[in-house]
Amino acid sequence: MHKIAAELTRTLGSERVLWEREHLATYGFDGTAALYAEAGCVVLPKTTAEVTQVVRYAAEHKIPVVTRGSGTGLSGGSVPVPGCIVLCSVLMDRVLELDQKNLTIHVESGVVTQKVAELADVAGLLYPPDPGSMKISTIGGNVAENSGGLRGLKYGVTRDYVMGLEVVLANGETVAFGNKCVKDVAGYSMKDVFIGSEGTLGIITKVLLQLVPQPRAKKTLLATFSQMDAAAETVSAIIAAKIIPCTLEFLDRITMKCVEEYAHLGLPLNAEAILLMETDGHPVVVEEEAQQMAEIARNHGAMAVQLAESAEESIRLTTARRMAFSALARVSPTTILEDATVPRSELANMIRFIQQTAAKYEVTVGTFGHMGDGNLHPTFLTNEKNAAEMARVEKAMEEIFDQAVSLGGTITGEHGVGLAKKRFLPKAIGDASLGLMRQLKRTLDPDNILNPGKIFD
Amino acid sequence: MATQEELHQAALKIGRANPVGRQGASKYLRRLDYSVLQQCIHCGMCLPTCPTYDETKLERNSPRGRIALMRRIADGQLEVTRAFGQELYFCLGCLTCETACPAGVRYGEMFEHARADIEQVGVLRNPVRDLVRALTLGWMFTRPQALRTVGRLVWLYQASGVEFLVRQLKLTRLLPTRLRALEALTPRVQQHFSDALIRPVETPANQKYRVGLLTGCVQDLAFSHVNRDTADVLLANGCEVVSPRAQFCCGSIHAHNGELELAKQMARRNLDAFDLERLDAVITNAAGCGTHLKNYGHLLQDDPAFAVRALKWSAKVRDIHEWLAEIGIRAPAASIRQTVTYHEACHLCHGQKITRQPRQVLQAIPGLELVELPESAWCCGSAGIYNITQPEMSQKLLRRKMANIATTAAQVVTSANPGCSVQLQAGLGESNLKLKIAHPISLLAQAYRKSEAQG
Repeated sequence: MHKIAAELTRTLGSERVLWEREHLATYGFDGTAALYAEAGCVVLPKTTAEVTQVVRYAAEHKIPVVTRGSGTGLSGGSVPVPGCIVLCSVLMDRVLELDQKNLTIHVESGVVTQKVAELADVAGLLYPPDPGSMKISTIGGNVAENSGGLRGLKYGVTRDYVMGLEVVLANGETVAFGNKCVKDVAGYSMKDVFIGSEGTLGIITKVLLQLVPQPRAKKTLLATFSQMDAAAETVSAIIAAKIIPCTLEFLDRITMKCVEEYAHLGLPLNAEAILLMETDGHPVVVEEEAQQMAEIARNHGAMAVQLAESAEESIRLTTARRMAFSALARVSPTTILEDATVPRSELANMIRFIQQTAAKYEVTVGTFGHMGDGNLHPTFLTNEKNAAEMARVEKAMEEIFDQAVSLGGTITGEHGVGLAKKRFLPKAIGDASLGLMRQLKRTLDPDNILNPGKIFD
Repeated sequence: MATQEELHQAALKIGRANPVGRQGASKYLRRLDYSVLQQCIHCGMCLPTCPTYDETKLERNSPRGRIALMRRIADGQLEVTRAFGQELYFCLGCLTCETACPAGVRYGEMFEHARADIEQVGVLRNPVRDLVRALTLGWMFTRPQALRTVGRLVWLYQASGVEFLVRQLKLTRLLPTRLRALEALTPRVQQHFSDALIRPVETPANQKYRVGLLTGCVQDLAFSHVNRDTADVLLANGCEVVSPRAQFCCGSIHAHNGELELAKQMARRNLDAFDLERLDAVITNAAGCGTHLKNYGHLLQDDPAFAVRALKWSAKVRDIHEWLAEIGIRAPAASIRQTVTYHEACHLCHGQKITRQPRQVLQAIPGLELVELPESAWCCGSAGIYNITQPEMSQKLLRRKMANIATTAAQVVTSANPGCSVQLQAGLGESNLKLKIAHPISLLAQAYRKSEAQG
């Protein structure tokens, strides 16, 4: 038995320290394609005190610690460093408090996002961030990656709902930041340093989240366009009309084709884009905004606009968007989901560029995503066993990221850098910014034991 | 009972060349089309739906974890080990993950190949296990006569009062734990099997279709009245019912337990037993069998003599509820004033994606109030012979199921799979719930009979 595992077993007991190959092989990856490495052991602590003990042991012996929730990340952030200790948070899943007076919920980091959403819902409240993996992703992972979701345009991302954090630092010290106050400017906003830090600066053990009142009504529309530009212009016009929809999602032609082949929904295959729009809030306002959005879409050359009259119809209209990823994932053995993001005004340009680049490198890319916030999901349909094609995928991806950056955008809108985007980061943020990040990392983790080699080397 | 020669033959079918306990390389997973293994995008969407992961929260006990192990074995980076064997037998094979999977992974196929590897390599072998497998998979479930003889003996044991006596005197305590669990789960064997209740061909007055009826093996012994009810319902809906005398176990028990070659043999025998060309459909009322029967086409795709016929077969197999919904259910005139809930057999809702139709069958009965069962599609822990091989996990699932059933205040729990029915019956025995367990089709048949009696 592995020496590290033997010593950690004394702290956690043999059931929560895994070291057999049949265990390690199952923690060798996350939701990212084509990345694999084997840890030395996997530990499943149940309390902050146990996390502290593990981190102290790792610090003493200079063993890397890779924190992981449910392993659904899409940039390799929780893929093990060979021989490391994987610290898996899924057993730290207690809900500590739901405070209906201050509209907050306090949870341990291993609580599943969906659980937070459900608890909020029962209390008549809303936890808006809804990443695609929320049925199993953990809140700790969401905070570490600063996850987004479909409601970003109106409601923001995970960061906008984090009011406080408890973090175990690289030296084993436990620190708590933030509180239930909406206003708090006592010193640096340290919680914000840890949000999106991908497990490289500290291990998040508890999270205090803000909840908001549930909107009373919602209205769903679906519009089809023969030109991507028309769809993009529709989006701009809606925003210009001072409407902030909660959903503005699109599917491109290839994605639509895959959805149609999979689900036979009767999508128009001569269309270039489908735009799914939703507005929520006060019933009267929602009704008025929905009519306005339909009109704007028609004025911008929509081939058809459907306005849902019932909850069932609303679900029917969202089907194509909900199925987009499934439909794409079935086409080929390897599916690489990217998240290049550009300012809203550059959307049509960017989508056109993705299509041209895919054609140039002879790779299949279906693009869908969040048109309201410029967050695109170019999805590469390929096969990791085909080395020649994978090389072309890499090249196409690089050009797409370069273009996103040159249009004033970013290489990742919501998945994080991790391992998968590490090499694109310097170009995206520049030397000065990268230098500052490195300095911060050295200050908080001088021995480089927390998720080393992620984000940057 | 089994002759010496039969037992020897059965042992040969099951016995393996490898000595007990040694690990080794894969044969089945390696031969499996690699794209099947590669289709998993390890997104984790299956995790929250997997009963074993839900219980342990260990990645290895999840579909994603198991697929990762299979893939490493197929790649030759991991051998088929004892731990792998134990893991794949800890999996229920409930296929809930297939419903959750966004990428369309065929987990069931991988699972069958993995178990075949485990048996081929022999990592879990021991003398008792070998004997049990030889007796059941090799002998009892390959010979209809053998199964019926065992059935008669069990019936005699139960009906003569010996079982009662044994239970009253708590003699079962003398049995090893596994056997004690098995004793408690022995289904109540019927006095008359299907062939005594159903004639080879039964024709209704207003015949519109001609269908074959699979009477099954466990269904035939323990639920022959459900087979009769199925025939009655088919007749009431204009279907001539053809039930060949020589029917065989469909082979699902073999396929699910690592005996793919035996499973193919059983499939071939059933293909020979039915005159497929003359039938509009082949009907099954057992969910576990249905999933496997629909898979004959895939199972025999490399068999030149049977491939085409097996494909046609797969296209004609229908679950009884599915078939009724397809041809339109004739609503009975008489009502049944009962509150009924519906437990979804995994192999119906996940294996065959049939969820709407059984509810339609129940709702066609006037007066019947259908209350939805919370977590209706969560496995009850029966899972073939899982309740015998993994009693602890199975019990946890059964308790969860019974607690959900208790919230419905239903008078009847319906289920369309013999394994689930036996398991639920055992659950009733342990809880204080006073309700009946029935196949949805039995309720419909009851309503038709009542209508006729009322004229």
